[in-house]
Amino acid sequence: MNGTRGRPALLLHLMILVALLGLQFVLPPFHHGMTARIMVLATYAIGYNILLGYTGLMSLGHAMLFGTGMYATGLAVFYLEFGAAGALLVGIVASILHSAVIGLVTLRTTGVAFLIVTMMFAQVFYLSLLYFNRVTGGDQGFILTGHLQPLHLGGLQFAFSDPAVKYNVALATFAVCLLLSLWFVRSPAGRVLVAIRDNEGRTRMLGYNTFKYKLLALVVSGGISGAAGSAYTLLFSYVGATFASILYSIYPLLWTLLGGAGTTIGPLVGTSLMTYLVDTASEWTRSYLIVVGLTLVILIMKLPTGIMGGVRARWWKWLP
Amino acid sequence: MTLSVDGITCAYGEAAVLHDVSLSLAPGEVLCLLGRNGAGKTTTLKAIMGLVRPRAGSIRLDGTELTRLAAYQIPKLGIAYVPQGRGLFLFLTVEENLKMGLLVRGAGTETLGWIFELFPALKDRLRQPAGTLSGGEQQMVATARALCTNPTYLLMDEPTEGLMPMLVGRLLETIALLKNRGVGILLVEQKIDAALRVADQVVLVETGHVRYQGPPGDVTKDPELLLRYLGVRR
Amino acid sequence: MAAVSPLLQTTGLQKAFGGLQAVRSVDFRLDRGEIRAIIGPNGAGKTTFVSMISGRISPTSGTVRFGGRDITRVPAYDRVALGIVYTFQIISIFRNLTVFENVALAAQRRLTTDLASALSMSRRAVAERVNTALVDVGLRDAQDQHAGSLPHGHQRLLEVAMALALEPQVLILDEPTQGLSPDEIVGLVALIRSISRNATILLIEHNMQVVLELSRRITVMDQGSIIAEGTPHEIEANPDVQRVYLGR
Repeated sequence: MNGTRGRPALLLHLMILVALLGLQFVLPPFHHGMTARIMVLATYAIGYNILLGYTGLMSLGHAMLFGTGMYATGLAVFYLEFGAAGALLVGIVASILHSAVIGLVTLRTTGVAFLIVTMMFAQVFYLSLLYFNRVTGGDQGFILTGHLQPLHLGGLQFAFSDPAVKYNVALATFAVCLLLSLWFVRSPAGRVLVAIRDNEGRTRMLGYNTFKYKLLALVVSGGISGAAGSAYTLLFSYVGATFASILYSIYPLLWTLLGGAGTTIGPLVGTSLMTYLVDTASEWTRSYLIVVGLTLVILIMKLPTGIMGGVRARWWKWLP
Repeated sequence: MTLSVDGITCAYGEAAVLHDVSLSLAPGEVLCLLGRNGAGKTTTLKAIMGLVRPRAGSIRLDGTELTRLAAYQIPKLGIAYVPQGRGLFLFLTVEENLKMGLLVRGAGTETLGWIFELFPALKDRLRQPAGTLSGGEQQMVATARALCTNPTYLLMDEPTEGLMPMLVGRLLETIALLKNRGVGILLVEQKIDAALRVADQVVLVETGHVRYQGPPGDVTKDPELLLRYLGVRR
Repeated sequence: MAAVSPLLQTTGLQKAFGGLQAVRSVDFRLDRGEIRAIIGPNGAGKTTFVSMISGRISPTSGTVRFGGRDITRVPAYDRVALGIVYTFQIISIFRNLTVFENVALAAQRRLTTDLASALSMSRRAVAERVNTALVDVGLRDAQDQHAGSLPHGHQRLLEVAMALALEPQVLILDEPTQGLSPDEIVGLVALIRSISRNATILLIEHNMQVVLELSRRITVMDQGSIIAEGTPHEIEANPDVQRVYLGR
């Protein structure tokens, strides 16, 4: 809360972003593409972390919000010939609206009930995607290749198929959302969310309408998750129902817990580690999920608050 | 049969909160541990109960080294603890809370009889979840639950907190009664006058150090001591 | 006197938990600038009664009026904005946050007017209020400690600091001296007296010395009803009070 404490945190975040910017010049092609994907998925986890890490609400339905961003953007490009920037905006606005509506209903519950209700809504969303397969392409989804125009910026054209464009658009999305989350959680409203996580009854008796604050958290969380979904579609030219399935609600939960729920850079750490873990393990063995599972169990037992949570407890007390 | 604490040092993380604290308590004796907030009174009780591990020193009962036991084994030796803030099972009824106490050492329900004599108000509350009781009533349940174990030693952390004046008086009578039955009582209290009335021995602590140990008469006669360690002016 | 409308008034206020009548039809009035003590046996319904005033518990029947306005249906968080502030008897703080952050949450509530102010406000303005409140209760040196690591008595002072930062009009203190050492009680009594210059105080307390020192009027509750009300002198002399409460 004290002004001086903010500086090392901001510096650390900027250093991470500069490192990611530089990394693209040294990474071999495979890891280059992988890092771009990680940054988009980490953005999704950043959105998830606002709700789980800072507000103490565990949702199992975030794939619906990631999916909303993805489908709104994809459909706008596919049917309405939207450009990339317009489609991104559509994706974000759609997921914000969707979060607000879902929040008005689900935030009447807490704890396990919240988890179940969000999961139910996500299932409804997922099954609707399959049901309306004439529009959504159902199980198969649809690809945007041929529909998506290159990005026009200052007289230059950037095609999303170009790896460098992919990387830098992913980085830009990630950077904006990371800094947004840093600012948000350190804002007065962000402190109220942490207070709700700690002791909601007391927060209410301090004069806060906790329902409104939780709704704000869900909308910010959903907006960021939707932005990630939208960016994913633009970069990889694909929209598919898998991304709205329960698996994609569980992933951000694991990434966030592993990296450190309630730390701003935990999502990046968790997403990177797990993506590479899956990748490396699947090179060794076909039963790679056992390796991944065991590693996760050991890590969580050693560091119950996640990697960055452990770092904060031991060394960097100022970590936001 | 003495409970003896011998030169214990305790720390939370880097910060030591107890330095070389020693005291001993015999059956049928009331020892009052007095000091300001943060002086280390509660930590001393927690160390005896095995809830905080001392870095150095020993705590013995009849030659049994308590510091080597797990926290759940210590109540079975006949040491009961009334924690500050009560530590009740809020969703269990009063009766269930008391039964948890009875289970520890297999005491019979006849124990309940004289506990209700002590706190008649609890009899009407037996089927109510402990969390719905008022603060003072919860305090009674916490004390009653500790007594349910038929303890030889009773550690009480501010047991009069939240009790109305009448019940404070009754609790002091209870302490005197238990003492006559041979129970050794280690009492942490902020109500100094009340504490000095029942004490056989007083230990004053300040920032984790024992500063004075002796009979209560000397403390009451020494305004310097009271002012310096307790901030009480006479 | 009759022309002055009371700051706070309850009419027929009642609360039943299942079959248990915790508070039975209480008519009560509190004038601006008073320090009023509520005493009574454990389980008399004192906390339940003030919880209905703060809005933490909603009544089974009856009304609560504040400054002439019926606030019976106003949610607790909006009553805080009106100036009715409650400090918990069973300590309820944010254990994982620092002392400073705990009080800052209270201070920033006073500065929050809309969404924009909730997202960005002057940190200095918050810090100033926090400082004042912490100095008042004497916890300034502990501001960077985790609230959960404070000694019990200091956690209670933190509760008071949080209430102060909310700038209450009516401050409800529920057994504030519990767990405080004698010198801290002396300090708190002085603090309550200085708070009372700007706020009306409703004090639930068992420490009779504190009650007699602070209040000009005392309300006595027993079994959910008000059984007596009067000056400290009248109350001490009341045989019912002696019987059910003081144990003389």
